[in-house]
Amino acid sequence: MSQEALEFYVAEHARTIALDTDWLHGLRQSALSNFRRAGFPDTRQEDWRYTDVRPILKRRFVQAGDSGDLAADAGFEGMRFAGLDAHELAFINGHYDKGLSRLGPLPQGVILTSLAEALIKYPQQVKDCLANFPGLDANGFQALNTAFLTHGTLLYVPAGVTVATPVHLIFRSNRQPEPRMAFLRNLIVLGRGASLTVIEDYSGTADAEYMTNVTTCISGGEGASLRHYKLQGESQKSYHIAATHIRQARDCRVESCSIALGGALVRNDITASLDGEGAEVALDGLYMGNGRQHVDNHTWIHHRSPHTTSREEYKGVLNDHARAVFNGKVIVHEHAQKADARQANDNLLLSDNAEIDTKPELEIHADDVKCSHGATIGQLDENMLFYLRSRAVDADTARSLLIFAFADAVVSRIGLRPIRERLEAMILGKLPDSGLIKEFVQ
Amino acid sequence: MLSIKNLHANVADKKILKGLNLEVKTGEVHAIMGPNGSGKSTLANILAGRSGYEVTAGTITYEGKNLLDMDPEIRAREGVFLAFQYPVEIPGVNNVYLLKAALNAIRKHRGEQELDAMEFLKLVKDKMKLVKVREDLMSRAVNEGFSGGEKKRNEIFQMAILEPKLAILDETDSGLDIDALRIVSEGVNSLRGPQRAIVMVTHYQRLLNYIVPDHVHVLADGRIIKSGGKDLALKLEAEGYDRVREEAAVA
Repeated sequence: MSQEALEFYVAEHARTIALDTDWLHGLRQSALSNFRRAGFPDTRQEDWRYTDVRPILKRRFVQAGDSGDLAADAGFEGMRFAGLDAHELAFINGHYDKGLSRLGPLPQGVILTSLAEALIKYPQQVKDCLANFPGLDANGFQALNTAFLTHGTLLYVPAGVTVATPVHLIFRSNRQPEPRMAFLRNLIVLGRGASLTVIEDYSGTADAEYMTNVTTCISGGEGASLRHYKLQGESQKSYHIAATHIRQARDCRVESCSIALGGALVRNDITASLDGEGAEVALDGLYMGNGRQHVDNHTWIHHRSPHTTSREEYKGVLNDHARAVFNGKVIVHEHAQKADARQANDNLLLSDNAEIDTKPELEIHADDVKCSHGATIGQLDENMLFYLRSRAVDADTARSLLIFAFADAVVSRIGLRPIRERLEAMILGKLPDSGLIKEFVQ
Repeated sequence: MLSIKNLHANVADKKILKGLNLEVKTGEVHAIMGPNGSGKSTLANILAGRSGYEVTAGTITYEGKNLLDMDPEIRAREGVFLAFQYPVEIPGVNNVYLLKAALNAIRKHRGEQELDAMEFLKLVKDKMKLVKVREDLMSRAVNEGFSGGEKKRNEIFQMAILEPKLAILDETDSGLDIDALRIVSEGVNSLRGPQRAIVMVTHYQRLLNYIVPDHVHVLADGRIIKSGGKDLALKLEAEGYDRVREEAAVA
């Protein structure tokens, strides 16, 4: 099956990707050879042990064309955040839609545009950013992402500039007779002392089948600061394969929050590289699965310099036959003395058939560091349950409240209220008996 | 109102209560005193319905009904309230919303009209003055980030809102400084009345200087070995538990 799928993607590449500028052609072709060599990951590989991608390989997704399949569905408008002033870039089935996008005035020197346009107008910035992330194409999905590199965004904030208005990247997919695939590449570059908030937001028409393959590269200059939210609320029949690569120079601070609520099969990779002294990263995550959803989160945090700090907290709530994987690896490299790393992964299993495979890992090559990690898989706290019941709250409501509170611990840290409120409504939508607790959490 | 007869209970197969008898009438304030490990908190928890306690013999009758048959939330709706020795923090569950849900569950159970948001808020404001609860604590999650004293005050505040028929105060004085103790005691005293009974479980006599009980019982080795008026507490303070225990053994 793997071989047939491989040939299909190679043919799809030949059919849709035009010969282009020399450097881009070279980049895509070399990624395509990497793809041929690597093939698709299978469960014999340690990093993919629990995630079987064969459902993706069985399907023949095609890229969206320029015909009617690029029209927004009725649900698109609901993705804009009412009450949040944001620069909105809209993508339908992976293609940028200028008409649906709403860009406000930007500070001098800031580039905020679709990648397709950036490849023409700002090739040097694209090239420079890509050069900062060598060796991405180790697995098949990632290599394909580079081989098909055309769509996505370029977000460039020059040194010393603060973009006060958040950037909202809206990726919407819809239902087509032949399921669509979107290859997306987002390049985010912050110069020294620059500051920015980005929201990557993925969703699709209910029950639409499609695949999103996205890679986001974030490059933070000295003292830069980024808040990055990834909200994944894809259709329950979709496939979502994502990788985020973060590089941070000295004293750069990145806060990442990754929320995974949708999708039939989801894989999120985040790699953060704390290259400069004093760099700091916070990775928050929430995944909730029901039905037969499969959500796999892999993170790698590299402490490469002294006095670097990482905080990671992922929470999962799994019901029905849902399955999740958490694999968080913290690597403290040889010269990263005084590194400070804390990692936690907590899970609630609400059904006997739900499953979590969690593996926090520490690899330390320096001798003066402060590291802690831990994972829990649990039921609800009996003391809390009793306290609520002793206050006249019935057992079902008490349980439902505590599950919500568990998940909301991640969401409540989000500073932007409209995002928080939407996510809380989405969490409620995924919980059993949520009607019981609406009045508590509104 | 509350009648406990020959109560035997185990915790993890260890016998804690060994034939406890207690009669509480409406309007009365009872203090149950005893050394550590005598079974005071076990009694309080069994009354509120916490799991993990096995009643092996005896009965608890509350207003003519078998209390042990009721789930904790039914007991609460029937008017039983436990002020916890260690109130838990529940991140993500808002204090005021919990209280409103609790009050309305109780009112509904009694066949009374539920309060709307405005009426409830007015009630909260009134009762907050009673135990001097800081307003900003109310918008937080249940007990989250509260100091020990604030947690205990919050328990009494909840009691003031819910107006139970039977309030059980489990070591409410522990961890309180003298000012907090006074505020909590004033709150409790203001809730005394002919329609309410209060059972205080405590290790120390000092609480009883502020909340003067009608009856004092000494609990030791899982049984009430001596009962008396408020003077018994003073005797205990002066002579110690061992002395009372010896006297009881002789008698």
